[in-house]
Amino acid sequence: MEKLLHSVYLDEEKCLGCTTCLRSCPTGAIRVRGGKAIINESKCIDCGECIRICPHHAKLAKTDPLSLINDFKYKVAIPAPAIIGQFKTKYSFENILSAIKALGFDEVVEVAYGAEVVGQALKYEYHAKRYPKPLISSACPAVVKLIQVRFPELTDNICRLKSPMAMTARLVRKRLRDEGNYKNSEIGVFFITPCAAKATMVNNPASSEYDKYDQIDGAIAIKDIYPDIVKNLNDCNIQEGIHNTTPEAFSWALSGGECEYLKNKNVLHVDGIQNVINVLDEIECGKLDTIEFFEGLACIGGCVGGCLTVENNYVAKMYIQDRAKKMKQTSTIHMPDEYVKSIYNSGMMHIKERILPRSPEPLDQDINKAIEKMKQIEILEEKLPGLDCGSCGSPGCRALAEDIVAGKAKEIDCVFVLKDRVRDLSVLTNELLQVEHPTEKPVNKKPEFSE
Amino acid sequence: MSYELSFEVERGDFETAGEASRKIKRTLQQLGISNKVIRKVSIAGYEGEMNLAIHSWGGKIVLEVGEDTLILTIEDTGPGIKDLDLAMTEGWSTAGEEVRQMGFGAGMGLPNMKNNADNFQITSKIDEGTKIVMSFLV
Ligand code: SF4
Ligand code: SF4
Repeated sequence: MEKLLHSVYLDEEKCLGCTTCLRSCPTGAIRVRGGKAIINESKCIDCGECIRICPHHAKLAKTDPLSLINDFKYKVAIPAPAIIGQFKTKYSFENILSAIKALGFDEVVEVAYGAEVVGQALKYEYHAKRYPKPLISSACPAVVKLIQVRFPELTDNICRLKSPMAMTARLVRKRLRDEGNYKNSEIGVFFITPCAAKATMVNNPASSEYDKYDQIDGAIAIKDIYPDIVKNLNDCNIQEGIHNTTPEAFSWALSGGECEYLKNKNVLHVDGIQNVINVLDEIECGKLDTIEFFEGLACIGGCVGGCLTVENNYVAKMYIQDRAKKMKQTSTIHMPDEYVKSIYNSGMMHIKERILPRSPEPLDQDINKAIEKMKQIEILEEKLPGLDCGSCGSPGCRALAEDIVAGKAKEIDCVFVLKDRVRDLSVLTNELLQVEHPTEKPVNKKPEFSE
Repeated sequence: MSYELSFEVERGDFETAGEASRKIKRTLQQLGISNKVIRKVSIAGYEGEMNLAIHSWGGKIVLEVGEDTLILTIEDTGPGIKDLDLAMTEGWSTAGEEVRQMGFGAGMGLPNMKNNADNFQITSKIDEGTKIVMSFLV
């Protein structure tokens, strides 16, 4: 698959240019031009809001087909913790994971396994000197991108532990390497993804996030394989021991799941992209200075609300909580601390590079010109009706004014401005029609004499 | 070339609290001001906005953008501050109980503004109002 900057894309055939998605975009990345809702690549954070809202299903996420696994000798599925919330609790973990394996995989390892490692390592990472407080979770790649684009001053706060997904891939590859039956290149690891943001992470990893030992070879959408998993549930060989994660680990699928690993700290978890933006605003202006750890997840409820899941996010949450409750009653064995510590100290858990801001381009590199443009924008904004209806194809009147100054739109894109112009024109036309030219015969009048 | 942005803040106006600082932040980003400076201005602006809503009878925030300095002026009509030195001490606050319960008014406002600005001036007259002028180097 070609490298992608982001996974959300438009199916032009299906898009009617209805403008519904325009204002749902938290970074204002969408414009309707020529009747199609075009995404600005550099602003899209892959949160999936437009996928959820488009009434014509024209916004999609680029993920990989299951058939891709056939390119590899040894095929491993690593399903996101959210997978467990997609099925009724009458199906055991072993049953669900075995049904996934029966799709053609040689092995299934829950990403919750990596989540347990990352979760437990969090208490060490929390004390690392390099972070300003609050430490911000990197679990949701859409939120990480949001911070890069809209809250550039907070990029240093973002936790630089690798994701549970990457850690799971790494630990699986390490074990297989130690066993020695397959070359690293013969092993295909496939993430079963709840969302577009993670799919992007797989297909376009931040340069240092991955090396060949935590390589993930594809991202398959939960919803694409869901029907086949359901079919397999009742007639697959249930493999005992295939499931070995703790309730805390698979609860990463829920908002607040990660926070559970830092229980004795002042933690705050927020879900839903607009809520995350509001709270980051408060963090950025210094208001929430008592918070020590912040977990922000783009989807309502957390990853159970991902745009590529099937089950309703509240129902999925209930299933996960039910399972966690039952498991907790029968005692859960955590990963031994020494094991986590040895992985942590080996350095393989860390992203090496800093996460850098991707601040939006200023109006102009030269501040004087930028100020000039800002004034033009304000003058234009005054002229527009302030209804923010989106009919112009920009997400609001201010955005249209900005687009005009940037040379990307015209004043008459606003239907109200257009209507006024047409009215003025028709007044003028009327006036012109009233005027009689001395040399011209009157147009509509009958001749004044008759036979 | 210079540019000015101003906001009125009413007394007790917590619903829109933070709006002015958000707009200031966005504007400065569009003008290409560095993130570091934007952060300082947003922190100071936010404190100022809160002070207007909590302590004053209403007032206004004005941001002037020049080629190499930003000037943020926060001016109110209000009770004024009796003891400026005391008000500049961290932890001091005259915020009423209701306001504290909303999580505002920890008394960090003025010192926090001063710490973030490159230059900070405050004048206050009892029963008339307070004026704070802060400048930031771009
Ligand atoms: S919501 Fe957006 S993508 Fe969907 S049809 Fe309307 S304009 Fe097109
Ligand atoms: S909350 Fe989870 S599912 Fe939603 S965008 Fe973030 S990582 Fe993806």
